[in-house]
Amino acid sequence: MSGSTRDAVMGRLRRAVGANPANDAERRAAVTARLSGAPKGVIPARGQLPPAERLELFIRMATKADATVTRLDAASGIPEEVAAYLRERNLPAAIRMGRDPRLAGLDFSGTALGVTTGPSEGDDLSSLSHAVGAIAETGTLVLTSGPDNPTSLNFLPEYHIVVLDAADVAGDMEAVLARLRQTHGKGTMPRSVNFVTGPSRSADIEQTLLLGAHGPRSLHILVVG
Amino acid sequence: MQITSQTFKANTVKALADVDLQRALRHVEKGFIGKRQKAADALPEFDALRDNAVEIKNHTLKHLDLYIEAYVAKVEASGGKVHFAEDADHARRIFLDIAKRRKAKTVTKGKTMISEEIGLNAFLEENGILPVETDLGEYIIQLRGEHPSHIIAPAVHINRDQVEADFRKFHVHLDPERDLVRPETLLSEARQILRQKYGEADIGVTGANFLIAETGTSVIVTNEGNGDLTQLMGKCHVVLASLEKLVPTLEDTAQILRVLARSATGQEMSVYTTLSTGPKRTEDEDGPEEYHVILLDNGRSNMLGTEFEDMLRCIRCGACMNHCPVYHAVGGHSYGWVYPGPMGAVLTPSLIGVDKAGHLPNASTFCGRCEAVCPMRIPLPKMMRHWREKEFESHLQPATARAGLGVWAYLARRPKLYRAAVSYAMPALKLLAGRKRRFRSLPLAGGWTKWRDLPAPEGRTFMQAYAQSGHGDAK
Repeated sequence: MSGSTRDAVMGRLRRAVGANPANDAERRAAVTARLSGAPKGVIPARGQLPPAERLELFIRMATKADATVTRLDAASGIPEEVAAYLRERNLPAAIRMGRDPRLAGLDFSGTALGVTTGPSEGDDLSSLSHAVGAIAETGTLVLTSGPDNPTSLNFLPEYHIVVLDAADVAGDMEAVLARLRQTHGKGTMPRSVNFVTGPSRSADIEQTLLLGAHGPRSLHILVVG
Repeated sequence: MQITSQTFKANTVKALADVDLQRALRHVEKGFIGKRQKAADALPEFDALRDNAVEIKNHTLKHLDLYIEAYVAKVEASGGKVHFAEDADHARRIFLDIAKRRKAKTVTKGKTMISEEIGLNAFLEENGILPVETDLGEYIIQLRGEHPSHIIAPAVHINRDQVEADFRKFHVHLDPERDLVRPETLLSEARQILRQKYGEADIGVTGANFLIAETGTSVIVTNEGNGDLTQLMGKCHVVLASLEKLVPTLEDTAQILRVLARSATGQEMSVYTTLSTGPKRTEDEDGPEEYHVILLDNGRSNMLGTEFEDMLRCIRCGACMNHCPVYHAVGGHSYGWVYPGPMGAVLTPSLIGVDKAGHLPNASTFCGRCEAVCPMRIPLPKMMRHWREKEFESHLQPATARAGLGVWAYLARRPKLYRAAVSYAMPALKLLAGRKRRFRSLPLAGGWTKWRDLPAPEGRTFMQAYAQSGHGDAK
């Protein structure tokens, strides 16, 4: 059924854009060149800062988007920081996380935290993820799906804590996209790539901005290094 | 949904008299204009990004057949399926086939205007399937049995106290004495109720802000997180998107994203920008088992290569309606179909016919703010003029309007006669108006004087005044 519709739609498109056998090769070459070259466009100057200022910008922009940010010298400080964050908010001492080896290697035995692994089951209040990167330009975290960091942990819990290596903070979105391409291969993507800028919100009632719509009410970022 | 664009004039009279609507519409100007300006000013490269966004879309439209080919191949390679839909009816039937095969009873929905365009909710209900809107604004209007009045703020026509009354009416399982005065409590009540729905859904439906040819990816841009929960938790993800959503590469998407949120809500970046490619992978522990894209034409391919092609660049940010004095006055429902404001005034006649939607391109002061703020630099006033011309050519206007325009055109083509005529008419009108220098009624000007007085001319024409000021030759 859809096959014939596809032919009909494509036929109309070809006629409308003036495609014909004489210009076919040229048009295909233009499309192939763009798809393979993936030219960069205009990159804002603020996305091209040196590392120290870049990290500073990331923290400033993430904070502006209502995320909270803490800096840690080493990953070994993560368990205590997570425990303190939950304690300060009177939250249950329980955290859910994926199977990311960088998180699995953490020693939580010094805290009172109950740690479980796997995707969110819907009633977890707090979760811990590891970002693959971040964009300084807008204070955006980048997370990818997989058993390491199941996507449901980004959306179902009310408090989302995300670990980010300082070295993974990129200046602009294009740099992150180039890195994704390097990791997953040209033209191939993880099932889900999540760009997250602050906690969830809605302004649907009288254009009044409220935090904590359907996703997390709070987003806490632990910058390591 | 039922089209009421034909009765636009009657719709606006009703809208202007609707006290609640007029109260709610004040939030449009307050909520959007300043924020957009601030965001645009905060990025020195904003206008350069707009120019590049225009180029990207123009290039894509010129090669749309080839980008769709590349896109479909990539979706299939990632285990998804693309269904081409000729029109609304066809799209609904494709959806029903998927739903029947999945034995679907409940469908959760992220915000999608294509769903409105194809009238999906009413169709699902007719077929015994429950659609659940999960965006807060969409949820509110679904309870009220209404349609969105704005493409990014669907419930902008409703006030907080009305939402409170609706929640009390429909959420009868909750304590009737509960405090719902603060908007926060309304939000958490909706959050709690919708929480249960995501996991129960057999299908999660979303729209798409972009379809990326390079990777076979659909992109949604949201703030609430409901779209993500919808596409993640439903066992099957169905994307509803129209042909012009195609962009070539990830980099091209990044360019347009930079102007999208800033133009829409004035954010540097929306909270969630999510790139979805295919269904759950073998190693995944969450995600949908199936991934479908229903790719809708519904009149778009007929706009390509015509004077309305520029409209296909539209990224649905809503800036044009946020800045439109007509939209501010009459709200979105007056436009009578899915797309309101200036973008609707151009798009609606293309999709449902100028015979039904001819009033919309006439409902403009041509102030030009829509074009000035459009991130994709779509010449909206020019295209509204195209529709006015087409309407005139197809003899769709009333005989009196045509006759009046005929007389004016005759004079306008004969400058000497025109100037002579007005040089007699102006002093005559001044005399007739008397000491008040205003007309309360005037033959042939009833459309004006019904609502307000018409100030009388001062007696001289512009050309006469210009000549007397010693500036030029006004023959």
